[in-house]
This record gives sequence, structure tokens and C-alpha cells, in this order.
Amino acid sequence: MNFKNLITHTLLLLILGLIQIIFLKNLALFGVAFSFLYLLGILNLPLQTSHVALILISFGLGLLVDVFYDTIGIHAASATLLSFLRPYWLKTISPTGGYDDSAKPNLPEMGIVWYISYSLPLIVAFSLVFFTADQWGTEGFFGVLSKSILSSIFTVVLAIIVQLLFFKRRREIR
Amino acid sequence: MLRILQFLYSLRSFLLFVLLEVLAIGLIVSNNSPQGGAFFNSSNTVIGSALKTRSDVLDFFSFAQANETLIRENAMLLQQIKTLTQEPDSLFIPLDSAFQAQFQFTGARVISNSLRFAQNHLTLNKGFKDGLKPGMGIFNQDGIVGRVKSVSENYSVGISLLNTGLLVSSKIKSTENFGTVNWDGKSSKQAKMLYMPRHVRAQAGDTIVTSGFNAVFPEGIRIGIISSVNQGDDPNYLDILIDLSTDFTRVKYVYLVENTQIVELDSLYKKSEVVNEF
Repeated sequence: MNFKNLITHTLLLLILGLIQIIFLKNLALFGVAFSFLYLLGILNLPLQTSHVALILISFGLGLLVDVFYDTIGIHAASATLLSFLRPYWLKTISPTGGYDDSAKPNLPEMGIVWYISYSLPLIVAFSLVFFTADQWGTEGFFGVLSKSILSSIFTVVLAIIVQLLFFKRRREIR
Repeated sequence: MLRILQFLYSLRSFLLFVLLEVLAIGLIVSNNSPQGGAFFNSSNTVIGSALKTRSDVLDFFSFAQANETLIRENAMLLQQIKTLTQEPDSLFIPLDSAFQAQFQFTGARVISNSLRFAQNHLTLNKGFKDGLKPGMGIFNQDGIVGRVKSVSENYSVGISLLNTGLLVSSKIKSTENFGTVNWDGKSSKQAKMLYMPRHVRAQAGDTIVTSGFNAVFPEGIRIGIISSVNQGDDPNYLDILIDLSTDFTRVKYVYLVENTQIVELDSLYKKSEVVNEF
């Protein structure tokens, strides 16, 4: 990872974290579909990022969001799971011949079909852990399941919109 | 030995994952205990000031509404003063000083609030410097809001009524039957009233107020209005759903109440071996 990449990804993580903390806290479509946009920062880290670094980054980011949400530990636990699963899932859905060395797991590079099949299952895993921990002993399994699935879909849609709006334009300038 | 280390090194990401998950679960569990967990939450100075800045900016847009509610409440208080003020020619009898000082009130602003989780919290812009203590009740002009959980120097965190862990001793205003209000984790507009025996004649439309039994809230602060009464699954108790009178989506300025005699009450309960759960 070169220096420019490092700066770009650090900024992306921080900006997404701030947006999540400031704007998305009480945003829930119909009271069930939450948005975890900051996961976009973790999902878009380069393919060569080491597994240990990935886990540490997402734990830190999750803890940051937790501290502001007073849900201490819940975001951290789920984001850590997501980053732990990421390399295995990337390996599972790798195209024939593997990835290019310079490939980045984001929408402009990989296309929408690949991106959905990459991000949706990971975010579903995240949401399942998140809502199980949050709703512990209050609602039934179906409440957790419906909230997880709807939130994952909403988050992926938001992530795609954000990338369509901001990522491509930056590439053209470059 | 070397092989063991090599084996562990090849598993490093998994081990790190397990370690961090255990840490996170430890944090979740310790934070959900009623006391403690005050270190890593939004009453921390840095985070509190960040949240306060955010709230300062956003509040700018809701001044008009806040003013309106304050004016309404002022008018109501003025009316009460009017009815309580003695006529000049009547005999003036001072109230017993202990009776007067049982509850002390103070105000605060909510700088952060959540609605959508099963355990919701709110952060207030005052801390122990301003005389706040854990255990104080929080309410606003519409009804009760929650209870203070932990306090730092300048900020404090309260458990919202929209928290499945908070139980509030309450009663039906017209019939004086008492029960417990607890949120069921579903809608932010409704809660349940528990432990109301089947013989009680509760009706939709009855007002629910605090009972004053739990020494947190004074008697008679509004909680909500009964929306439906069902027979329910439990053979002993009614299944009562109430519409909360507080609009939690726009709780902004709140009052805090402290029972100054709670120490005396608690030691009395202890001496007589009564468990005061509510």
C-alpha cells in the first residue's frame, strides 16, 4: 500500500465514521432498516491489507462508533466479525484466475453484480450479530432476522449510491 | 517449541479475532449492569464535548419550538402559583421544612438521544459539578423520560424509558391501582404496564402516572394513556398497552428530580428487611 493510498483510506474511514456518528444515528427506514454506512470504509480497504491490520482497524472503528452511540462493544464485536470473514469470503467469490494485483474491492473497479455479492453477505453477518446483541432477550428471532436483512439491503443500496456519486468522479479527475 | 510458535503465528488472525470478540462481549456485559461501565460512554469529557457541539448546531434550528413549549409550561406554572398564592388577609402557615425539601428539581439539556435500539440512552449537558447524581429521575413537561445512570464532571448519561431494563413504579390515576411500566422494545410510542391483577377495571383512555413508591419520581408525573387492555397469556395479570405521553423523538430540555430523603428511606428499608424493588 503506497502513501497516497494510505492517506485516501484513512480519510475515507474517518469521514464515513463521522457521517455515521453525526447523521445516521437515528435514521431508520420504517423503524427497521438501519444504515451502517461506515462499513463501506472497511469493505473498500485494498486486497493486500493484512488480516491482522484489518481486524484491528475495524475493532477500533466499531469502538469509536460505539462510544458515541452508548452501545459499547456491540458495533466493535460485529465489525470485528465482518473483517475476520472478509478474506475468506473474497477467496470464495474470486473470479477464475484470481484478482489482479492492483484490483480494489470497490464498485467502479469490480462492477455492480460482483459488489453486491461481495458486500451483502458480509453486511448480513454483521447485522445478525449486531441485532442479536442489541435485542438480547427482548424480541423473537424473526424480529432480529427481518431487521438484519432489511438493514443490510438498505446499507448496501446506500453504499452503492455513495460510490456512484463520489468515487467515479474522483477517478476521472485523477 | 519453535513449531508451536510457528503454528500459533499461522493462526494469529484467528487468535486476534477471538481476543477482540471476547473483549467486546466483556464490554457489552459490563456496560449493561445497572451500575458501573461509566468509563467508556458518552459522559466522557472528550466525547461529551463533541456531542455538545453537534447538539449546539442542531439546536439552533429548534429554538422556536423549544420556546413555544417553555412558554406553554410557564403559563401553566403561573396558573398554579395563582391558585396557591394566599390572599393577603388570610393566616400564613409555613409548611413543614422536611416536607418542602423532599424533592429538589433542576433542569438540563439533552445533547444526545437514541430511539431505535432495545437499550436506549440519553446524554445530558450537566454533571456532578451541577449537582447531578446517579439515580435521579428525568422528566419533561409531557411526562417521564428516564433515570440518570452515571455522572462525570460535566456530563451525565441516563437510561431512557425506552430501555427494556428500566422499570417505573406507576399507577392508574383514577383507580389508584399500582403496577410497573416497562418498555417492550417495539415502538418508541408505546410501552407495557406489568403486574396489573385481573380484577382491576382498567379501561382504554385511563391516565397512567408515577406512583411515588420507588423514591425516584414524586407522585403524579404523567407516563401515558392506556391504549388497549387485553386478557393476555398470563393467568394472573392483564396485558395493558399504553401510549407514552412523552414524544421521545424530540426530547430536548428536561427536568431532573432528586429525592433528598432517599438515604433515610433506604436505611429504613434495610432495617426492616424490606426489599424495595420498584
